[in-house]
Amino acid sequence: MEYVLMKGNEALAEAAIRAGCRFYSGYPITPQTEILEYLSWRMDEIGGEFVQTESELGGINMMLGASAAGARVIGSSSGPGFSLFQEGISYLVAADLPAVLVDVMRYGNGLGDIGQSQGDYWQLTRGGGHGDYRTIVLAPNSVQENVDLTHLAFDLAEKYRHPVIIGSDAAIGQMMEKVALPEMEEHNIDKFDWSMKGCKKGEEQKKITNLLYYMDNYDEFLANKYKEMEENEQRWESMEVEDAEVVLVSYGISSRVCKEAVKVARSQGIKLGLIRPISLWPYPIKAFRELSASCKALMTVEMNILGQMVDDVILATGNKYPVHKYTTVKDVPETEVIIEKANKILSGEEV
Amino acid sequence: MELRAPESISFAQTSFCPGCGHGIVSRLIGEAMEEMGLTEKLLTVVDVACSSLHIDTWKFDTVIAAHGRPIATATGVKKIRKDNPVLAYLGDGAAYSIGIAETMHAALRNDNVVTIIINNGVFGMTGGQMAPTSLEGQKTTTSPKGRDTSKTGQPFDVVKVMGSLDIPYLARGSVSNLGDIRRTKKYIKKAFEKHMNNEGFCLVEILSPCPTNLGMAPVACSERIDGVVKEFFNTGEYIDKEGTK
Ligand SMILES: Cc1ncc(C[n+]2csc(CCOP(=O)(O)OP(=O)(O)O)c2C)c(N)n1
Ligand code: SF4
Repeated sequence: MEYVLMKGNEALAEAAIRAGCRFYSGYPITPQTEILEYLSWRMDEIGGEFVQTESELGGINMMLGASAAGARVIGSSSGPGFSLFQEGISYLVAADLPAVLVDVMRYGNGLGDIGQSQGDYWQLTRGGGHGDYRTIVLAPNSVQENVDLTHLAFDLAEKYRHPVIIGSDAAIGQMMEKVALPEMEEHNIDKFDWSMKGCKKGEEQKKITNLLYYMDNYDEFLANKYKEMEENEQRWESMEVEDAEVVLVSYGISSRVCKEAVKVARSQGIKLGLIRPISLWPYPIKAFRELSASCKALMTVEMNILGQMVDDVILATGNKYPVHKYTTVKDVPETEVIIEKANKILSGEEV
Repeated sequence: MELRAPESISFAQTSFCPGCGHGIVSRLIGEAMEEMGLTEKLLTVVDVACSSLHIDTWKFDTVIAAHGRPIATATGVKKIRKDNPVLAYLGDGAAYSIGIAETMHAALRNDNVVTIIINNGVFGMTGGQMAPTSLEGQKTTTSPKGRDTSKTGQPFDVVKVMGSLDIPYLARGSVSNLGDIRRTKKYIKKAFEKHMNNEGFCLVEILSPCPTNLGMAPVACSERIDGVVKEFFNTGEYIDKEGTK
């Protein structure tokens, strides 16, 4: 295997190209701008289309058109821009259109700040736009996963005809690591029977809009689609969970510190384990079946103010264990603090 | 009586109100496509407002885009389907209010789409609120005493705003009388000719009656366009790069 050294955002952009994506429309915002910049020359080189739009609203609605025309499309943004994506995401869902959307999360409400954070968990996993929908959300924790999950995201988007989100963060987007890139794939825009091509005489016209207008059992159809995703698309990594007394739950950049913490704690005789959700939705509830009688508590380790993932852990464990949180917001969590908190939990102190 | 219409326009029940101009434009587009041999190729993107009702009366592959975004969406379609003619079709509320950024920037980029904007002077679908194109003094449900331009600003005139842009075609037609309907069809065809020639952003605005929301009989509504509306919104070709004006 040949490796190259690449920045997370650029590796993700290259992965999209290699997955056959030939359309990007977007707008600059830190810390995702490298995706836009990279694709501005790379799309040109490969014969794809790149449009720097007037706003994220223009971008997502342009992507919707390109997707309706049968292309593999990607868009990326961060915080304030991702909020503007929500209109289009809801429309993509309604029209059963595939698209891959990247949120390289940054810190804070409103304009916030450009530093790393994991504050968009609720927005990404609960829908975020109007209506009742959810999207598959994949959370990479390395540059390599930025590549692998981008490829997977396109496949899943097509499999379900649904937008798929990559919930990355500033640290993963900005760091450089060695990465193996996949082979180049071509995508055939005529391969879908549902896409726009021009309506030939005697053919059924393609109507790309709210599917509910044309389906009697739309509610059931959509409910089943989500059920299928929940059954088939849970992804996670676990570490030393079988006999763990305290199980950490963490994704993205903070999960890397947790891995280190598990190793250090184990060397000190503290039984720490880790569940790392790779799919934030569907939430990997199956992972929590690995918990044993030895588990005394769980602790989410996340970079936001409110501990946005706690509720999902409570739901996944059927409220059988106490669930604590260690939230660092802007700073990457620290191994020592994790171990300190685990010790406190085990000795029954407040954390 | 024998009914005749282009094959791309069905006689299925339509939801347009009696006397609405949208239906006339629908037919003009169908005829233009037939005459240009583009019927089996046209891809259309319409707004969610009254424009969206076309989806059930014409037989072109169609996307209903979010309110105000059809032109951006059409640009996305065209970038992928370069050999197909692509039409963005929307109302004046969509194009000049919520979607003004999408409209202006498609023009500034000279995106290769044909855009048809129905100027009926009101928000039709939502029940007759003031539009950017409502005339001074015009009564609407949100300007019950008549539009007061000292508070709301001047009506939006696309010709004034876009007249100096580097786009190949800009025209304003009307469907309020037979002569105008014929001329408007010529504008539509010319826009598509230039579009198929990859010249860029071609815009045709069309003055159109909305009898329902103006509370007028269809004929009176058309007469108002000829008598009053055209005083402010003059019709004609404003940009025609090849110079056939
Ligand atoms: C974001 C958003 N805001 C508001 C609406 C409600 N809405 C639907 S159509 C419309 C106005 C349509 O007016 P116009 O564009 O002039 O088209 P017409 O119906 O007159 O043809 C509005 C405000 C919406 N669908 N989406
Ligand atoms: S409300 Fe007005 S624009 Fe809409 S269909 Fe009726 S007449 Fe036409």
